Amino acid sequence: MARIIVVTSGKGGVGKTTSSAAIGIGLALKGHKVVLIDFDIGLRNLDLIMGCERRVVYDFVNVINGEATLNQALIKDKRVSTLSILPASQTRDKDALNKENVGKVLDDLAKEFDYILCDSPAGIEAGAMMALYYADEAIITTNPEVSSVRDSDRIIGMLSSRSRRAELGLDPIKEHLLLTRYSPKRVAEGEMLSVEDVEEILAVPLLGVIPESQAVLKASNSGEPVILDIESDAGQAYQDAVDRLLGETVDFRFLVAEKKGIFSRIFGG
Amino acid sequence: MALLDYFLRKKEKQVATASKAKERLQIIVAHERNKRNKEPDYLPQLTEDILQVLRKYIQVSDKSLSVNLDKKDGDLNVLELNIELHDEK
Repeated sequence: MARIIVVTSGKGGVGKTTSSAAIGIGLALKGHKVVLIDFDIGLRNLDLIMGCERRVVYDFVNVINGEATLNQALIKDKRVSTLSILPASQTRDKDALNKENVGKVLDDLAKEFDYILCDSPAGIEAGAMMALYYADEAIITTNPEVSSVRDSDRIIGMLSSRSRRAELGLDPIKEHLLLTRYSPKRVAEGEMLSVEDVEEILAVPLLGVIPESQAVLKASNSGEPVILDIESDAGQAYQDAVDRLLGETVDFRFLVAEKKGIFSRIFGG
Repeated sequence: MALLDYFLRKKEKQVATASKAKERLQIIVAHERNKRNKEPDYLPQLTEDILQVLRKYIQVSDKSLSVNLDKKDGDLNVLELNIELHDEK
């Protein structure tokens, strides 16, 4: 049985695509067959974050319209052979997707892959609803910031009312909280909501905490998902999140600000 | 300069805004959840549709119809319709 996981958030710009790319690579590196689907029809970006933008020939909507087969549209990752990407279309209208045709594509993918990761568009419109409809699990990507937390709560409501699992009265979607752009220093100074604050407000089990990191921009600049930067704090935090997704118990890291040494305090830097 | 900054910074009193954020979020999220749980998305449209059907046969004002969905214990949901009929003169 393939696990269908939606990476969602409500609010835009909180790190859905960055997280999808990192977690997709992480799962594939563990030997699982993974497909990453970009549901952001019209605003394709997962290809760019994955570094395969120049290899896109056919896309999700081509497959839906029968203009290409799944195998023609899927892009095999050059770094991890068990990972494929299904890019979003750049131009077609958003109404191309509906429950029937998306369901059929997911059924076909489920025969071949262990994990189907759906990178949701921002918002609560049709595109985001399509991305979450078939999900078994959801990774709710949230920044420790008021508008992001509130929007995440809206999306949690949608997961429990607008998904296939809700409509059929099946077990609810398993929710995971992924807190991104976390700055322990600012939390310590009382300027930023803490992990515990966000957990308490949203009441969703914590999958990972990704620290605010320069490595994330570097990764997207070069099309190498940040999890491949194994020296970086964000890369390691994503690795921990992947391990937890696979059922391992891993201690949380990067939750406390590094103390500055006496020398850097005196001499600056 | 770093040395000077170090001593000056100690004196600045940080205003902790995170606790304010948490408080505001707890209130608004609880409020929105409450609304969400009480009323399914389809209820306003359902009310409107029922009103239109009723108006084919009788005169009713918007206020004379109330539609409520109540969650009872267990798996039981009760959809309650209250239609107030006025005496015809």
